[in-house]
Amino acid sequence: MRADRTPGARAWAFAVWVLVAFFVLNLAGMIATVVLDSIGTHWFATWLPAGWTGRWYGMVWNEFQLPPILIVTVEVVAAVILLSGLIGVPAAYAMARRDFPGRRVAMLLFLLPLLVPPITYGIPLATVLYQAHLAGTIWGVILANLVPGVPFVILIMIPFIEQIDPRIEAAARVYGAGMGRLFGQVLVPLLTPGILAALLLVLVRTIAMFELTFLTAGPTSQTLVVALYYAVFAAGVRPQQSIDAMAVVYTVTTMMWLLITLRFVNPTQLVGRARR
Amino acid sequence: MTLLVLPAVLFILALFVYPFLYGLWLSFRPNGGGGLANYAKFFADPFLYTTITKTLMLAVPVTVLNVVVSIPVALRVRLMRHQRLLTTILVVPITLGTVLVSEGLLTYLGPRGWVNRVLLDLGLIGTPVRLLHNYWGVFLSLVITGFPFTFLLTLSYLTGIDPALENAAAVLGAPARERFKRVLLPLLIPGLTITLALSFVQAFSVFPSAILLGEPAGATRVISIAAYTAAFEQYDYSLASAIAMLMAGIQVIIVLALLAARGLIYSGPAASGKG
Repeated sequence: MRADRTPGARAWAFAVWVLVAFFVLNLAGMIATVVLDSIGTHWFATWLPAGWTGRWYGMVWNEFQLPPILIVTVEVVAAVILLSGLIGVPAAYAMARRDFPGRRVAMLLFLLPLLVPPITYGIPLATVLYQAHLAGTIWGVILANLVPGVPFVILIMIPFIEQIDPRIEAAARVYGAGMGRLFGQVLVPLLTPGILAALLLVLVRTIAMFELTFLTAGPTSQTLVVALYYAVFAAGVRPQQSIDAMAVVYTVTTMMWLLITLRFVNPTQLVGRARR
Repeated sequence: MTLLVLPAVLFILALFVYPFLYGLWLSFRPNGGGGLANYAKFFADPFLYTTITKTLMLAVPVTVLNVVVSIPVALRVRLMRHQRLLTTILVVPITLGTVLVSEGLLTYLGPRGWVNRVLLDLGLIGTPVRLLHNYWGVFLSLVITGFPFTFLLTLSYLTGIDPALENAAAVLGAPARERFKRVLLPLLIPGLTITLALSFVQAFSVFPSAILLGEPAGATRVISIAAYTAAFEQYDYSLASAIAMLMAGIQVIIVLALLAARGLIYSGPAASGKG
């Protein structure tokens, strides 16, 4: 469909573009504010900070105890990726290839954790994890993050598996490949792009997952985003610039992985389109 | 082979379904009083029951605004050649999440932030506008994270509609307005209903920005704050479960109402285009 060329249509198109530009401008302004503040000495009633410094980053590194937080974040994210892949990919295979009784129920089970907002199921989940003495530990955080992670891998993987010719698997079986070899030597190599996309999406979502981590983390199992929340929450204790420096560390970490991810997936996949 | 699905199903049953059922059971086992004491307490205490209206006051206008603005923008963007650039920019606030957006807005919308500076220098206002620690701070944060989400969903439903249908209408002489009203909109309604439902549910569960940018003891004391406070500040897991169940219940009611409304105004295939 080509765009209309009448004056009315042009004015309408222009209005829409102004709106989008205004949104993007504010978004850029918001992020630029954080970045500039984190490298400014002080910023008071002027357009830009008075001078530039890198000392807030040193402060974040030492006083916010950034190194242990980063280690926890890496551990949580790595465990979530590994486990959601190990549980999710085989399940996606069964969902894509087999029509079994209860398949629709299973599909609903996998859709619900993605559709229900984390804060809604996070409170009952945290309650159960506290009773199992898992909340407050890194395992509680990992388990909580797997709840949206596993279904996400399944839903992303199903279309990738469906497009593989089933005759390839049949041939492997004819030549005597068991389940292990079928996965290890046939399916996983063929599915690498899909697995990569799914796991990268889980990675980005886990780094940014605030609610579930916040509800289940203890003092030693905070990830970067939760530590950032506590820093903002306790604003006034520390200079604003150091909180902004921490926000920049978080932004850079997330954006780096987002950019890598977007090389493999379409941005709309991050929204997790509700497929029917 | 089918058994490969079992670990995932068991996992979701153990960590999603069971906690929900346990929470439901726990909500009827109050720390004191009869089985319905938690619910009675919630609806007797204005500090608790007003959280529902406060949350709705935020979630409904934000959702309607985001969806209404998303439609014309998506209609335009779908014709665009470099769509990917815009969708990439818009996915940024979704990925960064509400905590980072809150932190950014705290300075950006602050009395000395760029927004107030621009308005002051343009002479539109005499004194800085208060945009933080009130309703508007939370509202704006929900627009910044919610609009891209709504827009990307709308765009994906819109691009799923076969362009041949609109071309046919154009060939038959239908002007843009008629093409939208008679061809695109009816095809878009199913997807739009889901977009509306998902956007609402997201906005209704607003949490960190209501604390960081809002007035968590007053105008933006949303229902998730009430549930969190009950669980992690008062350690009353039973009351917290009851509030979480009410939160889920309201979301379910609104989503069902939206789906029923769609059924009333539209009957046809549930999925449009490439589904």
